[in-house]
Amino acid sequence: MLKRMSYSSFPEDVLEHVFSFVQSDKDRNAISLVCKSWFEIERWCRRRIFVGNCYAVSPRMVIRRFPDVRSVELKGKPHFADFNLVPEGWGGHVYPWIYAMATGYPCLEEIRLKRMVVTDETLELIAKSFKNFKVLVLSSCEGFSTHGLAAIAANCRNLRELDLRESEVEDLSGNWLSHFPDTCTSLVALNIACLGSEVSFSALERMVGRSPNLRTLRLNRAVPLDKLANLLRRAPQLVELGTGAYSSDLRPEVLSNLAGAFSGCKELKGMSGFWDVVPAYLPAIYPVCSGLTSLNLSYASVQSPDLIKLVSQCLNLQRLWILDYIEDSGLEALAASCKDLQELRVFPSEPFGVEPNVSLTEQGLVCVSEGCPKLESVLYFCRRFSNDALVTIARNRPNMIRFRLCIIEPQTPDYLTHQPLDTGFGAIVEHCKDLRRLSLSGLLTDRVFEYIGTYAKKLEMLSVAFAGETDLGLHHVLSGCESLRKLEIRDCPFGDKALLANAAKLETMRSLWMSSCSVSLEACKLLGQKMPRLNVEVIDERGPLDSMPESFPVEKLYIYRSVAGPRFDMPGFVWNMDEDSALRLS
Amino acid sequence: MEGGSSMNGESSTRLQLLDLIPKEREWLMMRESGGRSHHGSSEEKKLELRLGPPGGEDWSLKDNNNRERDESLLSLSYFSSMNNNKNQNNNNGYSFLQFPTSTKTTQTTPQSLPVMGKESSQPCCTKVIDLQSATTAEKKAFSSSPVPAKNTAVSNSSQKRTAPAPVVGWPPIRSFRKNLASTSASKPSTESSPNGVVVPNKSINEKPVEHIRKNMFVKINMDGVPIGRKVDLSAHHSYDKLSTAVDQLFRGLLAAQRDSSAGGMVNKQEEEKAISGLLDGSGEYTLVYEDNEGDRMLVGDVPWHMFVSTVKRLRVLKSSEVSALSLGSSKQAKIVA
Repeated sequence: MLKRMSYSSFPEDVLEHVFSFVQSDKDRNAISLVCKSWFEIERWCRRRIFVGNCYAVSPRMVIRRFPDVRSVELKGKPHFADFNLVPEGWGGHVYPWIYAMATGYPCLEEIRLKRMVVTDETLELIAKSFKNFKVLVLSSCEGFSTHGLAAIAANCRNLRELDLRESEVEDLSGNWLSHFPDTCTSLVALNIACLGSEVSFSALERMVGRSPNLRTLRLNRAVPLDKLANLLRRAPQLVELGTGAYSSDLRPEVLSNLAGAFSGCKELKGMSGFWDVVPAYLPAIYPVCSGLTSLNLSYASVQSPDLIKLVSQCLNLQRLWILDYIEDSGLEALAASCKDLQELRVFPSEPFGVEPNVSLTEQGLVCVSEGCPKLESVLYFCRRFSNDALVTIARNRPNMIRFRLCIIEPQTPDYLTHQPLDTGFGAIVEHCKDLRRLSLSGLLTDRVFEYIGTYAKKLEMLSVAFAGETDLGLHHVLSGCESLRKLEIRDCPFGDKALLANAAKLETMRSLWMSSCSVSLEACKLLGQKMPRLNVEVIDERGPLDSMPESFPVEKLYIYRSVAGPRFDMPGFVWNMDEDSALRLS
Repeated sequence: MEGGSSMNGESSTRLQLLDLIPKEREWLMMRESGGRSHHGSSEEKKLELRLGPPGGEDWSLKDNNNRERDESLLSLSYFSSMNNNKNQNNNNGYSFLQFPTSTKTTQTTPQSLPVMGKESSQPCCTKVIDLQSATTAEKKAFSSSPVPAKNTAVSNSSQKRTAPAPVVGWPPIRSFRKNLASTSASKPSTESSPNGVVVPNKSINEKPVEHIRKNMFVKINMDGVPIGRKVDLSAHHSYDKLSTAVDQLFRGLLAAQRDSSAGGMVNKQEEEKAISGLLDGSGEYTLVYEDNEGDRMLVGDVPWHMFVSTVKRLRVLKSSEVSALSLGSSKQAKIVA
């Protein structure tokens, strides 16, 4: 009681000022739970919100609680949408949000969206509704065309950032870029790498020339290499550069011109692009290599020797994305040169080939785990692995935070012992105490889930495919991983019992995805009825649910907590298992 | 039941688990008492945790009479009694699923759960069509190979694969990355000789190839099927292959659609007839596309590479409706077959 009085003895203005220094969402949430007056003060001065699932709350509720927000970040579809597991038309429309915010937040400056459906109409609404709009980031979004982008370009006079990373844009015309008025000089970041067609190059050049604060420029593949030097000369202040196609006809002056332009870019820290790369032009970037901390070569099909030459000059590299052409030998060189490396992603060049096309094995990753003491984030595609290697990696890098291993052929056992990889992944979760994200692959029994439930106390996201034997596996995870927020499972024999036994756990998580598992329609209905704050959505493209036996396993199941109730935009192949629908269906 | 054999004798964990799964009588009592969960009280929380499924006896091993329990459960709540009716009324719904026993005796289905668990460890497409064979192979299916015979599958969009991995979304690589990577990565550049001289014909050769392959995934919709698909044009090198792929993409869906709307029991061969004659207009359906200028064209009239470089999206139309449409004939003198 005493304490509470002392809190409220602060003038509100002072508290508000103090709160303004608290940036993390988690801390802000904690503040708002202290008492009623803190809740009030905090909600009035919250300027940025993050909604991890756009269906977990309605825009109206958000606007009512936080009346003066400047920055909104929203996520839509489940992560597995990235791999084509979410049928087209599933939802994730951002329009209702923009529509509500257009009147609710006239001072909105930033919108960041991930995996959402954004129409041209939505972009037009953004363009005309928010007078001081500055940042638009569309990550893995779809549904819009270059017409919508033209509206943004033409109307957002103070635009600082336009980032279309990995979005699927209908490319109607490269002319949209010329809709930026000549008075627009505020641009700090422009990422158009996902666009297919050529943009108007003169517009691009003018835009770059008049943007003194431009720090990030990621071009698309249609921008030819011989244009790059010109752009670089206009923007020597660039920090991040995504090149276009990195190839050209044989002309010596292209190389020398480019090398000259690059050596003028003293600030360059990140590079990406490199489509269609011709290795002979790579030396042009050698002058900037020592400054690079981030290098994305995952579209550059270059053979190992050229990659080694490049990578071993990037002594300060912290993040490397690369194709498996680097091979074990290249990773060995990486481990020897790049002592600051924190993140490594190795993508497969021929993921659907039957036979390995490169010599990339578990050895490469073992080397990097030995040589790079700061390595904490790994995504690694390869074709064989062993428990020994996993144990070594775990012992070498107990600081690992994200570990995603994809052995391409499902249920591949330890290639040395032909045993499941349970003990290997067990070692990962046991040694890496701060592990937050884990993806499993290879042959796995329920035992690995027992390890995970026992040790992975900070695990927040787990991806599982083709693993486990019984419900016990899922039960270990749900009952043991106390920090788990997102769980995605496909093709595992997990079913009703584990799910229902841990029903309450689901309310503590953001979402659970299960596809091609053994959850029955009946269990979904029970869950939907018993847990009113969960939206239990069955996705089934095989036909109407009422034509299926209750005990039949559902095709796909997506469960998430929500304070907004069932969503209103479900397509015909999605059923919400709330009480009403259960009545209707049964 | 299945419990003893599959638990691998991990008795300690199993015991732990047993505590969470009650006889469902308790659970039912909770429901009866109007138990929409209140998460504030710890009492409720405990009950919530104990939420157990019907048919959960095989975990508690206390009662072998499954059927009786299932029935007692069903008769208790309002929804389940309706549910019984529904099941009887909708027997026909199963037919498209090819579920071997269900059409006759709905009551046996709860008992078959464990078996189905095994089956569904395989990609979902298989279990739709080929439950019968999956059952025979059930024991081995899971532990040996996750990649079942794909030829029987409805195969959602597995046509994207170029190699024998028929599983949608595996390996987990974004379609975005597939588009970009496979275009550039298909042939790593080895043209530079050690002394750094560029072989000139490289970029010259590559230009047209790259252009063709830029947008490999195009959307495809079919009349009468509400669900769209995407098809990877780079995986099909000719019109014939594309037409086969379209058949495989939609055959099952179309059958399911027909079946659920017609409501009749049709046998498999009949309902799953191939979608043929897509290209010459001789079949029930005709494949058309929208090109980069927004015109609708007949598929098959221009050389394949030209088609690939201009196609924006595909559509399978009823042939009867094609003739009624005006296709983009001005450009390339399209003739409606």
